[in-house]
Amino acid sequence: MFKHILKRLSLLIPTIFGVVTLVFFMIALAPGDPARVMLGERANAEQIEQLRAELGLDKPLIQQYGLYLSRIVRLDLGKSITSGQKIASEIKERFPATIELAIWAMLFATVLGVLLGVTSAIRRNTWVDYTTMGGALVGVSMPVFWLGLVLIMIFSVWLDLLPTGGRMNIRYFFEPITNFYVIDGIIMWFKEGTPKFLVSALRHLILPTIALGTIPLAIIARTTRSSMLEVLQQDYIKTARSAGIKERRVIYRYALRNALLPVITVIGLQFGLLLSGAILTETVFSWPGIGKWIYVAIGARDYPAVQGGIIFISIFFVLINLVVDILYSVVNPKIRLQ
Amino acid sequence: MKKLVLLMLIVALVVPMALFAQGSQEAATGSQEDSKMGGVLVFGRSGDSVSLDPGRETDGESFYATTAVYDTLVEFVPGETAVQPALAESWDIEDGGLTWTFHLREGVKFHDGTPLNADAVVFSFERQFVEDHPYYDQGPWKYWGYMDMDNIVDEVIAVDDLTVQFKLKKVEAPFLANLAMDFASIVSPTAAAKYGDDFKNNPVGTGAFKFVSWTKDSDIVFERNEDYWDGPVYLDRLILKVIPDATSRWLALQKGEVDLIDFPSAEDLPAMAETDGIQLIQQPGLNVGYLALNTQKKPFDNKLVRQAMNYAIDQEEIVKAVYGDVGQVAKNPLPPTIWSYNDDIEDYGYDPDMAKKLLAQAGYADGFEMELWAMPVARPYNPNARKIAEIMQAQLAKVGIDAQIVSYEWGTYLDKTDMGEHQAAMLGWTGDNGDPDNFLWVLLSAPAAELPAGNIALWKNAEFTDLIGRAKEVTDQAERTELYREAQVVFHEEAPWVPIAHSVVTIPAKEEVKNFVIYPTGKRVFKHVYFED
Repeated sequence: MFKHILKRLSLLIPTIFGVVTLVFFMIALAPGDPARVMLGERANAEQIEQLRAELGLDKPLIQQYGLYLSRIVRLDLGKSITSGQKIASEIKERFPATIELAIWAMLFATVLGVLLGVTSAIRRNTWVDYTTMGGALVGVSMPVFWLGLVLIMIFSVWLDLLPTGGRMNIRYFFEPITNFYVIDGIIMWFKEGTPKFLVSALRHLILPTIALGTIPLAIIARTTRSSMLEVLQQDYIKTARSAGIKERRVIYRYALRNALLPVITVIGLQFGLLLSGAILTETVFSWPGIGKWIYVAIGARDYPAVQGGIIFISIFFVLINLVVDILYSVVNPKIRLQ
Repeated sequence: MKKLVLLMLIVALVVPMALFAQGSQEAATGSQEDSKMGGVLVFGRSGDSVSLDPGRETDGESFYATTAVYDTLVEFVPGETAVQPALAESWDIEDGGLTWTFHLREGVKFHDGTPLNADAVVFSFERQFVEDHPYYDQGPWKYWGYMDMDNIVDEVIAVDDLTVQFKLKKVEAPFLANLAMDFASIVSPTAAAKYGDDFKNNPVGTGAFKFVSWTKDSDIVFERNEDYWDGPVYLDRLILKVIPDATSRWLALQKGEVDLIDFPSAEDLPAMAETDGIQLIQQPGLNVGYLALNTQKKPFDNKLVRQAMNYAIDQEEIVKAVYGDVGQVAKNPLPPTIWSYNDDIEDYGYDPDMAKKLLAQAGYADGFEMELWAMPVARPYNPNARKIAEIMQAQLAKVGIDAQIVSYEWGTYLDKTDMGEHQAAMLGWTGDNGDPDNFLWVLLSAPAAELPAGNIALWKNAEFTDLIGRAKEVTDQAERTELYREAQVVFHEEAPWVPIAHSVVTIPAKEEVKNFVIYPTGKRVFKHVYFED
């Protein structure tokens, strides 16, 4: 298994090379001179030339590509054009926010999704099943942006229950420690003896978690249901039942464990996709994460930032898939990793 | 099994309830004192600052923050484009406008205790243009270049502790307005040395607010400067909070999480106007959107055709359809908030019959075919050029002009219009320093018509250029005003553009927010803002 992990990690290298190349040429071949766009209406020819030189755009494309690769090999993602900060530190500042939200959204989607999926499968063709699956269909086709705004409208503005956005009540003048606000909130509870930071962090998480988690929730619920139905038809389940084993044990011990295999794959994929859903969620809820940062960088033609961000996310995606593969073998020892 | 499901459902429902319950408690804000003093003001804005060094940056969001921390030698009169003394109490102009001597205010201190003196002023400027200055490398100092300061300023000299002299390379009246811009902020040399490259994240100035903290993409916090020279500063704290989505900003204002917001979406304005407890603070912006007619190409080399275009296009309809409540029809190249705006000029108005008559006189009785260029992107002065082009197309068809709409990717569009490849193209401008020169010289002078051109009408009018050239060289405000007013008359008669609109800046705010004034130059200034009980 250890060997397998190493092998998978080494596969990261060609993957990243591919991503780097693709991202570089996609951006380089996009129409329009970035220097021109950055300077806008007020630029003169001299300033444009100067900026092109600064960005290395005056060199032949192949040479630009070579320079870029050599920097990546040295693990140097470069500096953001707009802020002049190192890309690595820009990402470091924003990634905890995205990850925190993604983990909660995934937790929400997985727990509720599996629960609903199993319930639907057991109560197949009853009103419970119809309602759940109907809801899942609505959930999967819901535009995240719209859902986010509706949630804010209902829960923040009308019912006045939850904040409209951000990660913490800004009037608390909270200074982050780890940048994972729930963890920071717990630390502050110990340090200052008040849970208000933790409570505020959790309250700010609720709506974005629901907005971001709804699509994965729907997909997980549907996958669980169909997988569960399939497993429940199997002979060994019938055998178990006829042997008089309690129904709860049959379902959770024998059926669910096998039914979860395809669900885990879906969860892994959804986690990766979540990072893209995060762009919209982060924008609606003013969540200072990496998705929104890349989105702004694209608009500003901040190429080093776009490249750095995409490379980072790609690595993350590959790593998550690796974790999913390992989980696979834990859940089902029949699938041995070679 | 059932119990387990039930338990999980209970947990899933109860935990959020417990969190909801905290709601009212958390939403309560700090109580206000009976006077104007006190309160935390939260401004919801659309993006984060790039950095907090006013010399380095060019974007409004960065300046929102630096304006709070820094002062300039002279400043804009609130709500106007004229300038008044700030860190400099007075100034003398000698050598026919080549030497400007500024007398600094006494007893002003930076937030770190460093006294404001002539050396600090020299430092703040020299770092931007003296290439062997130890801090020059912290640039690029973009705005210095944008405002052409290299060709204006020769040297900056500390005459004595409180006297600074600027030696200029040429006589340039708008120079004074440049000094009121953010890039000309006076920074603490001690802090610049202390923080080095990180100074851009740790601003130290003489301004109304001291910098406290910055959480990227989220918020910047400032606190009151108790010793402010232009005090008292009423607010305890000022927070600039990033809320990227316009609708979310509006929802946050309704909820009371923020006190005023930037860039509301035009569709929300009618609802905002009707909401209790919300006021709309409005002012026409320092911008102009226009259709430039290429005077070097047929048929727009003919003045009559250009005038006919002005009669044929109905700006009222365009503003109503595209700008909504946030636009004002333009008749001059200058926005009305700028000094020397000539309100005596009478708009061409919408008169298709007059247009046809002029076309016939010019030998185009049957009209003609033309290309109408529209930008692919929304700009502050023109939210939707494609839609405007469609409306113009329909209006022009009524007088026999067959317009084909053309558009390119934004970078290409700018390149091609710079090179004068268009017949007629939409574009616009947002002013920097509130000086008429910053519009008229850049956009309409003969030198600006040399390729690549800022004057994309490629309009070379000797009389007009002479008027605005002289206005650059006299430093007397009344005399300059007269010259610019005359120049606008020439512009109107010659009609190198069809001016379209000036967009109106709107800031929705809670009713308790008092004394917030929109600055035409785009600054957001909170130093004298207070909450009413």
